[in-house]
Amino acid sequence: MTDWGFVLRMARREARAGRRQIGLYAGAISLGVAALVAITSFRADVTAALEQESRGLLGADVELRSRAPLDTTVGAILDSVRAEGGRVAHVTSFTSMAYAPLTGATRLVEVRAVDPGFPFYGAIETVPAGRWSSLPDGPRTLVDLALLTYLGLEVGDSLRLGEAAFVIDGTLSRVPGEIGLRAAIGPRVYIASDYLDATNLLRFGSLAQYAALIAFDRPEQAATFVEQRRRTFSDARVSAETASHRERELREWFDALSRFLALLGLTALLLGGLATGSAIHVFVKRKLPTVAILRCLGATQRRVFAIYLLQAAAMGLAGSMAGVVLGIAVQHALPAVLADFLPLDVAATLRPMAIAAGIAIGVWVALAFGLLPLLDVRNVSPLQALRRAVEPVRRRWDRWALAAKALLAVTVLGLSISQAPVPAAGLAFAVAIGTATLALWLTARALTAAARRFFPRRTPYVVRQGIANLFRPQNQTVPVILAVGFGVFLLGTLRLVQDNLLGWLAFETDGPRPNFVVFDIQPEQADGVRDLLADAAGTPPEMVPIVPARIAAINDRSVDQMLADTLGPRPSRWALRREYRHTYRDTLVASERLVEGQWWSDAAPLAPTVARIAIEQDVADELRVRLGDRITWDVQGVRIASEIVAVRSVDWARFEPNFFVVFEPGVLEAAPHTFVTLARVGDARRLAEVQRDLVRRYSNVSALDVSIVQDTLERLLGSVSLTIQFMALFSIGCGIVVLFGAIATSRFQRLRESVLLKTIGARTPQIRGILAVEYLALGLLASGSGALLAVAGGWGAVTFLFELDFHLPLLTVVALVLVGTTVTVTIGLLGNRALVRRPPLAVLREVAE
Amino acid sequence: MIVVENLEQTYMSGGRPLTVLRDVSFSLEERGFLAVVGPSGSGKTTLLGLLAGLDRPAGGTVWLDGANLNRLSEDARALIRAEKVGFVFQTFQLIPTLTALENVLVPVELHPLAHEARAAEAHARDLLGRVGLGDRLHHYPAQLSGGEQQRVALARAFANRPKILFADEPTGNLDAETGRAVIDLLVELNEAEQATLVLVTHDQELAGRAHRVLRLSGGRIASDSAAR
Repeated sequence: MTDWGFVLRMARREARAGRRQIGLYAGAISLGVAALVAITSFRADVTAALEQESRGLLGADVELRSRAPLDTTVGAILDSVRAEGGRVAHVTSFTSMAYAPLTGATRLVEVRAVDPGFPFYGAIETVPAGRWSSLPDGPRTLVDLALLTYLGLEVGDSLRLGEAAFVIDGTLSRVPGEIGLRAAIGPRVYIASDYLDATNLLRFGSLAQYAALIAFDRPEQAATFVEQRRRTFSDARVSAETASHRERELREWFDALSRFLALLGLTALLLGGLATGSAIHVFVKRKLPTVAILRCLGATQRRVFAIYLLQAAAMGLAGSMAGVVLGIAVQHALPAVLADFLPLDVAATLRPMAIAAGIAIGVWVALAFGLLPLLDVRNVSPLQALRRAVEPVRRRWDRWALAAKALLAVTVLGLSISQAPVPAAGLAFAVAIGTATLALWLTARALTAAARRFFPRRTPYVVRQGIANLFRPQNQTVPVILAVGFGVFLLGTLRLVQDNLLGWLAFETDGPRPNFVVFDIQPEQADGVRDLLADAAGTPPEMVPIVPARIAAINDRSVDQMLADTLGPRPSRWALRREYRHTYRDTLVASERLVEGQWWSDAAPLAPTVARIAIEQDVADELRVRLGDRITWDVQGVRIASEIVAVRSVDWARFEPNFFVVFEPGVLEAAPHTFVTLARVGDARRLAEVQRDLVRRYSNVSALDVSIVQDTLERLLGSVSLTIQFMALFSIGCGIVVLFGAIATSRFQRLRESVLLKTIGARTPQIRGILAVEYLALGLLASGSGALLAVAGGWGAVTFLFELDFHLPLLTVVALVLVGTTVTVTIGLLGNRALVRRPPLAVLREVAE
Repeated sequence: MIVVENLEQTYMSGGRPLTVLRDVSFSLEERGFLAVVGPSGSGKTTLLGLLAGLDRPAGGTVWLDGANLNRLSEDARALIRAEKVGFVFQTFQLIPTLTALENVLVPVELHPLAHEARAAEAHARDLLGRVGLGDRLHHYPAQLSGGEQQRVALARAFANRPKILFADEPTGNLDAETGRAVIDLLVELNEAEQATLVLVTHDQELAGRAHRVLRLSGGRIASDSAAR
């Protein structure tokens, strides 16, 4: 019989006896492995789908995009493409109001006017099927189903866009390359390009995107085509994207998303490791008498250590295998869970690499967390078989313990960095996890110590016994608080951040604040719109002028000169090249505050040819300009000189028209401009009527009901939050496993206590009461610790990540603690229900576990 | 078989050193039967532990079958125990997660020399049969009475055909009748296996069955004489 033969036999015998316990703690590892296998496999599925459908994502080989109609230079390029056998299709996209004559309802939508032939690759699927190909045949439209629902229409009904009417020919079921969440932001409406002019929607000041999609004879020409004309496109303010660019972008975006989710899975795995480590600690403690006997009978330190190391590895392997099975099931569910975020259909496939990695990581984590408690086995003296009260060997500088701790740290760090989008994020994650665990452990210890210190001595026996049970020898109090508390912390932080974001985004629907914005108002329409709104709102709203302009020069240096300057700091590219939307007025508004300089009412005028402007401080930083600097603007071809006389800070969160640059009155009035206005219409029915009247009389004018924005943002945040919570559930699962494990670990001790109590006269309700008090206290400690940490985490995220003021939603925190405690008490009582029913004598000759 | 010279042992108790054995010297020949007696706290169990190499003495030397235990590492002493020593404990000390048969097999499996699996198991079954538990091979310790557990422990003690057997108050947790039966078995098995037997007991009647009695008092040898 070989050395390893004995080790394997003993490990098998010991494991046979503790099957239930090992199974339970293997479950803790399994959840984390399941999360990782699911995410890694799914990531591979999406990558494969992206590679297969890359050209379908763009619908073409190259897409040229601009905020202005494509100029003649680009037009000539497109002509040459056609001449060489390539195909070109134009797509014009913009927001506008859609009006349902049948129901009188209106909705802001995204209109896309497309040329025949688009998309060149992939297919836009419709319901009924096949309606895409007949779109150019008449004034027809294909829309998102959400729009029909909102407007109360059906396929076949009429939809007005501007001055033209369209027949709804079908709904969109799949648009390749676009994520489903878009429908929540702005429902899509497709029409044929030929009918765009009939709508008369694109006028001066309208924001639209003009795209030309190109399919080459040979798709490999795409990269060269773009590369050779990069400078030309840049000068024309046209961005050029190939299908492989789009695929790469989407892959990177999705990779970042999946890595973020993987971090959540990793949290579950690390929690599982913690649970396993704690289980092994208790397991080893129970085995110390056996270890002493084996040492007495002649087993060497190494042999005995190997027996228990093998069991820890078996625990890890069993858990990992179970995790793989669960992970594959979750992988198949993820496409449905993440449907809103996926730009294409994804088929789940078995991924051997992901499975192998999951198993390896699961076993490794179980061993890394289990090694430290396992080392206690070495300290057992064989003398303990003879004499109970022998102090275990304590080594001052135990190099094995140091190595085990180092291994643990390296494991946590290594896994975090490997799963994170970038190494720095992984490092930050590892530090955050470590800090949170430490903080939770300290909070748990402090609360436990406080419970001991302020022990309720005058309470009934049942209460005192229940609380005292938290401190019994070999108790699992701190590991349970850690695991359950961590789950509460994770979900709590998510919830608090979500509540704060929604609160910040919430627009008041009661009170005097505007709930309705109207934009794209042409100058000749201003009076009419004002009167219409005055009628509904009770007071005439202020019409805010908007003048589009671009920077021509700063302090006599042209934009081209500044962009060509590669030495030293220069203004940022986006700030130099963007189209600005200016306004003019004689006062500051409520969302602004003067930071530097003087408002024109307090300052002397400049030369007649130089206008005074007040600039927003962040864009001033981007442009590297200060008080006294001169900016020359190109306002629809006319050069206007200006000087910065004031710098403002703007509260962009306020629901009001805010501007980077404000001109003094008397300069831009003659420039081509549009108007925007805000109003408050208290009654929802009246608001719908106003929108309808507006669209009927001024079809190009767009109106946005604030509550729709609110809805959309809530739905967006809700989708994101739900997905994160789905993954966070794995951590909660770990916490529950640890709870069950704690119940199993203390089972014999409880049995003995229960026997003793029943023998001396305790009744079943009293035994149950003691249990209830113990788990209530445990639940409160765990949820309380987790909730406290969640408040700290939420505050940190809201304050530093989102740069907002943190508000504490007390109800949420209370609900967290209540839910956590209820779950703990329920599981505790359910898990121990057999114990309460056992008659005392039955326990006396209990079979070994 | 055993040679002890000026043995001394000290333990920490309540933060202070407590000398439990001092100036103990004796020798025991092969196949001897030695009873170590004395009141509670006299150092009997401590002496037993040192003789078996379970601990290192604070002073003096222990020679076991020609090996100076002081010079050996913990693992080396474990190997000697696996090869040459059998144990019977007051509290039986069966491994609760193993059956009776598996408990008896442990010393055989730990023996440094390879044993053929089938022969080892046959020997274990035979031993259990001899202690009257041939039909309880697959029962766990919790399914056995105290007397039955001690009989399994006896079978285990002889499983690796030890040269020397240490028994620490083997009847301490048993009633008188069961205790007598266990001792009869112990002596019977020992005579058959021809091992040296060192028995720690406070039972005078039991001590009387030994060839030699070592009486300890206050950590020292008070007397050393034959029992009869």
